[in-house]
Amino acid sequence: MNTVADPLRAPAATRLPVADDFPILARPVHGRRLVYLDNGATTQKPTAVIEAEARFYRESNANIHRGVHWLSQHATELYDAARATVQRFIGAARADEIIFTRGTTEAINLVANTWGRKQLTAGDEILITTLEHHSNIVPWQMLCEQTGAVLKVAPVNEIGEVELDSFDALLSPRTRLVAITHISNALGTVNPVAEMVAHAHAVGAVVLVDGAQAVAHQAVDMQALGCDFYAFSGHKLYGPTGIGVLYGRAELLADMPPWQGGGDMIRTVSFERSTYAEAPQRFEAGTPNIAGAVALAAAIDYVQALGMDRIVAHEHALLEHATAALSAIPGLRMVGTAAHKAGILSFMIEHIHPHDLGTILDSEGVAIRAGHHCAMPLMTRFGIPGTARASLAVYNDDTDIAALVTAIEKAQTLFGTRKRP
Amino acid sequence: MSAMDGNLRELYQEVIFDHNRQPRNFHDMPEADHHADGHNPLCGDQLTVYLRINNDVIEDVSFVGHGCAISTASASLMTEAVKGKTVAEVEALFKDFHALLTETPPERDFGKLAVLTGVREFPARVKCATLAWHTLHNALIGDHDPARTE
Ligand SMILES: Cc1ncc(COP(=O)(O)O)c(C=O)c1O
Repeated sequence: MNTVADPLRAPAATRLPVADDFPILARPVHGRRLVYLDNGATTQKPTAVIEAEARFYRESNANIHRGVHWLSQHATELYDAARATVQRFIGAARADEIIFTRGTTEAINLVANTWGRKQLTAGDEILITTLEHHSNIVPWQMLCEQTGAVLKVAPVNEIGEVELDSFDALLSPRTRLVAITHISNALGTVNPVAEMVAHAHAVGAVVLVDGAQAVAHQAVDMQALGCDFYAFSGHKLYGPTGIGVLYGRAELLADMPPWQGGGDMIRTVSFERSTYAEAPQRFEAGTPNIAGAVALAAAIDYVQALGMDRIVAHEHALLEHATAALSAIPGLRMVGTAAHKAGILSFMIEHIHPHDLGTILDSEGVAIRAGHHCAMPLMTRFGIPGTARASLAVYNDDTDIAALVTAIEKAQTLFGTRKRP
Repeated sequence: MSAMDGNLRELYQEVIFDHNRQPRNFHDMPEADHHADGHNPLCGDQLTVYLRINNDVIEDVSFVGHGCAISTASASLMTEAVKGKTVAEVEALFKDFHALLTETPPERDFGKLAVLTGVREFPARVKCATLAWHTLHNALIGDHDPARTE
């Protein structure tokens, strides 16, 4: 505990007045205050989001795009308004560049199965980085198997950064697609996406950015990034599970074949032949997660009312505070110390496996993630089976970090490996 | 002390720490006649179990790999428990051990394996404690796909 109180070691952290907005934070776990530091996996939901989803079912529920009745039109308007909210949130040029999906994973698979299958042939190259989440690796491996394309991987350095030189060295006229994470979920590294996009475009490649860890933690603007596709999940942005977004530049979407077939994605159907709707409907077969889209819009409204500048400032201060507090624990080693980092702290404790640490922290009400974080190749790169990971959100503050430090010390005491600093 | 702290002490007993720090029979076995790999994809635990079987009796057993304290200690305790037993006895012990951690504990003397009873209170950790056993089972039946705890 003294490690946190010492102002020389730990810079002061800030606090956003939001704890009361998140009802789940009031529930105890194992008789203790819940200290939720697993925001990289999913964030908690504010009342505004929970209410928006419930209100939709209470007051507005009907299927969309298919009823002449008032309620159906009302639901359709709410769904379309949610699309417009997402468009403004990420600075897309047009609302029809926003496709609702189940989440990041489905968004990436959509690109692989439509753009990828149409565009790629044997010998073409897809460039990813060592930082990628499995959902930005496996769909490309599957696409390579189907098309004969070749997967290339840009390495990371010792501190978890993709260096532009080594990234550039793998770009060539054969590179048709570059698929990179905006922020690493395992290490917190923020990639220089705008530069990477510019370099990729210079060789004629299309760029997909995995924004799952970014949209809740920094302002994201499609025009500034210049990317062709951008994928994210609602549930890591204080929204519900089962709703996510694929942004795609209109010219690319116009040329992409559909993926799933069904209702809502067609213009005409006959047994001889069907014709397809324009984007985004062409890529939204079947009844979508209407309530989820409406609640995602409420989550975006919540974040914007709080103010992205304040969120960034708060999480940055808390990251610095937490990094100093954790680094002061003897036997703790940070994994991933990129110069440009978001609020994710991955670490190892000497002689304590991350999984054991996770159980002991949980007994103190401290929820973290332990394991490979769906980034096994990255763990292999660092020669470790996994890490313990604390990931920050708007409602975290220095008391959460103090609880984390105390719980880690408890684990070290239990394992008999505690050393005084 | 909270109930949770009590559960934690039950889980992390001194015997567990001892077997985690100094696992028994922790080496590979070039002369093994059975072996299998085990992998828990959730937490990255990975191990290989080696066996030498003579006349249906486990003459020698060892393991290598890495994992959390529970999985390492459980593998170590398992090697001690099965050495000298027949294949049928080992399979029956696996079944009972699994029940000890997940269902109504069967009437039997588990010997040192009983220190793992604390895992009962931590459903998320049952897979850690049973990975070595699943792997042993695969080695016995000659299944060379990596064992899963699913
Ligand atoms: C960087 C990154 N990409 C992709 C995903 C997959 O997101 P989802 O499971 O919501 O599809 C995650 C979340 O686990 C992630 O952190």
